[in-house]
Amino acid sequence: MIALKIQDLSKNFGSTEVLKKINLEIEEGNFLVLLGPSGCGKSTLLNIIAGLETIDEGTVFIDDYNVSEVEPKDRNIAMVFQSYALYPSMNVKENMVFGLKQAKTSKEKIEEQLKKVSNFLHVDELLNRKPSQLSGGQRQRVAIGRALVREPRIFLFDEPLSNLDAKLRVEMRREIKKLHQKLKTTVVYVTHDQTEAMSLGTNIAIMNHGVIQQYDTPENIYNKPNNTFVADFIGSPSMNLISGQLVKDANNTSFIPEGFNQSNSISIKNYNFVKLIDGSSNDVYFGIRPEHIHYKKTNDTDFEVNLRADLNEYIGHEQIITFNYCNQEVLGKFPSTVKVETNKEMKLFFDINQISIFDKKTNNRI
Amino acid sequence: MFKWLEKNLPKIVLTPAVGLISWFVYGFILWTLYISFTNSKILPKYELWGVGQYTKLWASRKWLIAVDNLLIFTSLFLIICIVIGIILAIFLDQKIRAEGVLRTIYLYPMALSFIVTGTAWKWILNPTLGIQKLFIDMGFENFTFDWLVNRDMAIYTIVMAGVWQSAGFVMALFLAGLRSIEDEIVKAAKIDGANLFTLYWKILIPMMRPVFFTSFVILVHISIKSYDLIVALTQGGPGISTTMPALYMTQTAFHKSQVALSAASAMMMFMAVAAVIIPYLYSELRRENVS
Amino acid sequence: MSANTTTASYKQLEQKSKVTNILLRWFLYFVLILFASYFIFPLYVMIVTSLKTMEEIRQGTLLTWPSQLNFDSWAVAWGGRGYGAGDTFLRPYFWNSIKMVAPAVFFSTFIGAMTGYVLTKWRFKGDKWVFLFLLFGCFIPFQAILLPMARTLGILGISNSILGLVVVHTVYGIPFTTLFFRNYYVSIPNELIKAARIDGAGFFKIFFKILLPISAPIIVVTVIWQFTQIWNDFLFGSTFSFGKSAPIQVALNNMVLSSTSVKEYNVDMASAIIAGIPTLIVYVLAGKYFIRGLTSGAVKG
Repeated sequence: MIALKIQDLSKNFGSTEVLKKINLEIEEGNFLVLLGPSGCGKSTLLNIIAGLETIDEGTVFIDDYNVSEVEPKDRNIAMVFQSYALYPSMNVKENMVFGLKQAKTSKEKIEEQLKKVSNFLHVDELLNRKPSQLSGGQRQRVAIGRALVREPRIFLFDEPLSNLDAKLRVEMRREIKKLHQKLKTTVVYVTHDQTEAMSLGTNIAIMNHGVIQQYDTPENIYNKPNNTFVADFIGSPSMNLISGQLVKDANNTSFIPEGFNQSNSISIKNYNFVKLIDGSSNDVYFGIRPEHIHYKKTNDTDFEVNLRADLNEYIGHEQIITFNYCNQEVLGKFPSTVKVETNKEMKLFFDINQISIFDKKTNNRI
Repeated sequence: MFKWLEKNLPKIVLTPAVGLISWFVYGFILWTLYISFTNSKILPKYELWGVGQYTKLWASRKWLIAVDNLLIFTSLFLIICIVIGIILAIFLDQKIRAEGVLRTIYLYPMALSFIVTGTAWKWILNPTLGIQKLFIDMGFENFTFDWLVNRDMAIYTIVMAGVWQSAGFVMALFLAGLRSIEDEIVKAAKIDGANLFTLYWKILIPMMRPVFFTSFVILVHISIKSYDLIVALTQGGPGISTTMPALYMTQTAFHKSQVALSAASAMMMFMAVAAVIIPYLYSELRRENVS
Repeated sequence: MSANTTTASYKQLEQKSKVTNILLRWFLYFVLILFASYFIFPLYVMIVTSLKTMEEIRQGTLLTWPSQLNFDSWAVAWGGRGYGAGDTFLRPYFWNSIKMVAPAVFFSTFIGAMTGYVLTKWRFKGDKWVFLFLLFGCFIPFQAILLPMARTLGILGISNSILGLVVVHTVYGIPFTTLFFRNYYVSIPNELIKAARIDGAGFFKIFFKILLPISAPIIVVTVIWQFTQIWNDFLFGSTFSFGKSAPIQVALNNMVLSSTSVKEYNVDMASAIIAGIPTLIVYVLAGKYFIRGLTSGAVKG
């Protein structure tokens, strides 16, 4: 069953188009992440789903019901905020049952829900405390509890982990994933952190400038990015994009880096092109992730090349090496056990099964 | 020599302020305190006399009326200013179109002196030509509004003028407080289904506790110091029905030539202010240290 | 946890609540405008009364518009009737106030700025206590210092003079100005000062070349605050001066209270307006700084 459907949604703030004809569907029980840089429109989209923002054009359906004009409280949604937004003058218990009280739920039902949720989230000892007496992680759990207690159809999360320190963030991320596995409620989750998005989501919608760049599973987004924006946004460090031309002849298609000739070409025979390209040379980006540049041969189809290592950034378990490939910077990622000497050449193997080719003009995958 | 100067320059620069305040604030208050224990009349006498002035003070009918008036004025002033202030702040917080203009209108009385305010309201409340005549000419033939010259009601005219002057300030404080609340709380409340009234009554206003506290302290402070307004509006009259401690103090010192008695009344005022301010400063300081 | 999918829960927004919303808006504006009239009413009455003749005043009401705009009472309030002794008018006292306010504002602001600078950028043990020590001066009822001040001014030979008032207002302005500057400088990053010290700048240079140029907002707030407080003062003015050296609020009060001959309410109102115009103009032009001063000084304690 489709839990949430967004149809041709547009939203303007003044003269700025914040959302441009968004179309999105999510199945019940899935974890949808809205990912993108600040200003891409993801928070606005979330607010519109919640009913906190008005729609200029388009419709929002929850469980096949057109909720575009429905008040937030009647949409069967609950939201967890970046700053938790717990009511400071109420204690944890009052915070959690406030929504149920407003909906005139019976006393027994409220008690029942409260008990269930506070047990589940381990906040039962905290019930009488005020938010100011809680730690960041505890506040986050109470905020989630406040949402859980209402048994919503859709859970909305607005960058809930951004206010936590790095260690707590990883812990809470795991908590949220466990929660979703257990409850199987539909979730829409906004974040700008691609690691969070990749680890949590069953589906990711990457947005930029009010447009969904790609709506896909994390694996596809990682392996087959739709355009250079997605390729660059995902992955740390991001995908290498090497400028050059595609040359097709009778039995082979190859990539020639810019400014160089046939002798430096890379054969990309088995690459899955989205559409057929014509024979003339096209300006393209050759995309390969740093982790797909190996220091020893892994496949027969690997492209072998000797490159000079210019810079070495050691980050603990890994090292990021900056190579010079035909006068363009290319980054590689190796375990730190591999010996790399700067200003010396080393043999590298490009895994051609993992490449992406993008049209230079449109930035789209071809 | 120069090294020493350079090192201590900051502290040296502090001396004008610290020195002046020590002398003109602390020193003077101590002097007044001392004098209140003497029997000085026109000129200060430095022979200690005991607490006679204080007993005299609290036996004085005029002083008791002054204190009584202060209590009436303060409680009404406080309550009405805060109620009006909160209402205006909440209403203005609703994305009102002419908000800037309205704010200016509510606050401009604070820019005027109490003498100007008192003069204006004295005219408005003029028993023959003021409000009374306005309503009579509008058709309410038997309307009377002679509060200004009515012994029992005159104190309330001071409340009217005082509220007019200061309510806008309370509004500004509460509006600033409301605006400082992050809007995620409002969003959460909306999703929880709170209507506008519940939102303010159960969530936002309880969050305004510090503003209540601050308003309370400042309004009480203004009230205890009330002098200019009384002088301009009623001169403490009719008779002495609207006299207040500040008026009593000045009159005793400069018209009745009872310096020590006046000093005693001044010290009473000081203690009243201290009773409110010191706890306030203490709690503010604790808050700053904790955060 | 099972999902709650009763169809009734997706209630559509009813027409009724749209109407309630509109009614609510109207109520909001009604109340706000009602209060606005309450606040504007005295100003309106002052202006209108000052432009009428006594005859018109006796015949009409507070709200009646003048038949013609008669500025005679303004002229009388400002410059008098021109018959020598006994004729009080505001002009000389207006200038008294100007002569008193300008130096007092300047000195109290300057001292406050330097004191705030030291307390925030040249910290030492106990500097918080020094600040509290000074802050206390904001709260004292001035009745507690009136008597010794009167004596001191007399001893110094400056009682009943503008200079005396300048001294009084400067001294008692220091706690406020220090409060404003201290709170402002506290939020200026110390790195700025450290960088300047590394560059070799000394105490005064840092103040004049680095802090002062970025102090414009707080200077405006402080000056407006001090100007308003001092211009509007009556207690010090009436206690420490009389006659020729009185400031304008004292003169206004005297004029209004004097019961020689017939009460001229239009002149009273004109005088009140003249006494109130400077601070009113400052407020209208720089109102937001005024408010910032009020709320920051108060909220920060």
